Amino acid sequence: MQRFKLFLPLIVFAIIAVFFYTMVSRIDQGKYNPQDLPSALINKPFPSFRLAKLEDLSVSLQQKDLLGRITLVNIWATWCPSCHVEHGYLNYLASEKDMTIVGVNYKDKAPAAQRWLQTKGNPYRFNIFDPNGILGLDLGVTGAPETYVVDHRGFIRFRYQGPLNETVWQEKFQLLIEQLQQEQLADTGGDVG
Amino acid sequence: MRLLALLLMVFSPMLMAVVETYDFDDEEKRERYQIFVEELRCPKCQNQNLAGSNSPIAKDLRRELYRLLEEGRDDEQIVEYMVNRYGEFVLYRPRFNPETAVLWLAPVIFLVLGSGLVITVFRRQKKPAGTVTETLDDSEKKALHNILKDQDGGDRNA
Repeated sequence: MQRFKLFLPLIVFAIIAVFFYTMVSRIDQGKYNPQDLPSALINKPFPSFRLAKLEDLSVSLQQKDLLGRITLVNIWATWCPSCHVEHGYLNYLASEKDMTIVGVNYKDKAPAAQRWLQTKGNPYRFNIFDPNGILGLDLGVTGAPETYVVDHRGFIRFRYQGPLNETVWQEKFQLLIEQLQQEQLADTGGDVG
Repeated sequence: MRLLALLLMVFSPMLMAVVETYDFDDEEKRERYQIFVEELRCPKCQNQNLAGSNSPIAKDLRRELYRLLEEGRDDEQIVEYMVNRYGEFVLYRPRFNPETAVLWLAPVIFLVLGSGLVITVFRRQKKPAGTVTETLDDSEKKALHNILKDQDGGDRNA
């Protein structure tokens, strides 16, 4: 017992060292990002809004325009460098994986954003024009890019902060999307029966 | 001199962008605004409060805070508004709930554990001093004597 006491500080140090080492290596491997914040809106309905459509500013969009299908809601802006990086992958998701993506053009200028879509391709079903970040605020957006997964009933199921790419997709999205498709199938199947 | 003036002109808009000022109709709201920007955390920069951050999101939240105060919302409603959007994280003084219980209770637990440790260590240190004054009774003395004698013999044999 006396012997054990002697080693106690060493043991405590070892535990702390192991803890810090695993945290640092998880950060290095990209498995843990200390800046990631759990969204406060998980499993809550997508906030209601009434904003213009970027492609045609005279058209007004609402929360119900998101219902009925599994949607990725992608927050982007022309001033955001990571959005440049991400855009190609969004094009791929829309064309190759048949994902429905809705854009939120966040704190941006309409002409610049419209030009961006013309030159870089438009992966979005439509874009919500949010020049003052009102919807962004209601969503708890901390910066662009961010991507929310909204299920067919209009509930937010997941939020990812940062640019999407194949690795992120496979690690964080793939399974969830499959699960949501099952849920949707069960719901619509129930309606038919 | 001209250069200095030019430099001042170039840099002043940046400085102004950091601390935008809001006019309040009454002093009480201004004070509440000050308390809120000190105690609400910037969601993007993490270790800065709203008062100390010039990130766009902090600016938005300050604007929103101003709007809510001017609308006459009470403190509880404002806290609720922020937490609904950014989670418990935005509060530098989180509310007590199952999620934050560890945070609030940890100091108390450590205090109890620590004082328990201190008390036991002190008690143990006192004990030897008490035993010295105790005397052996006759049978114990005899036993001790026998043991010592045995050991003496053992040593000589070895």
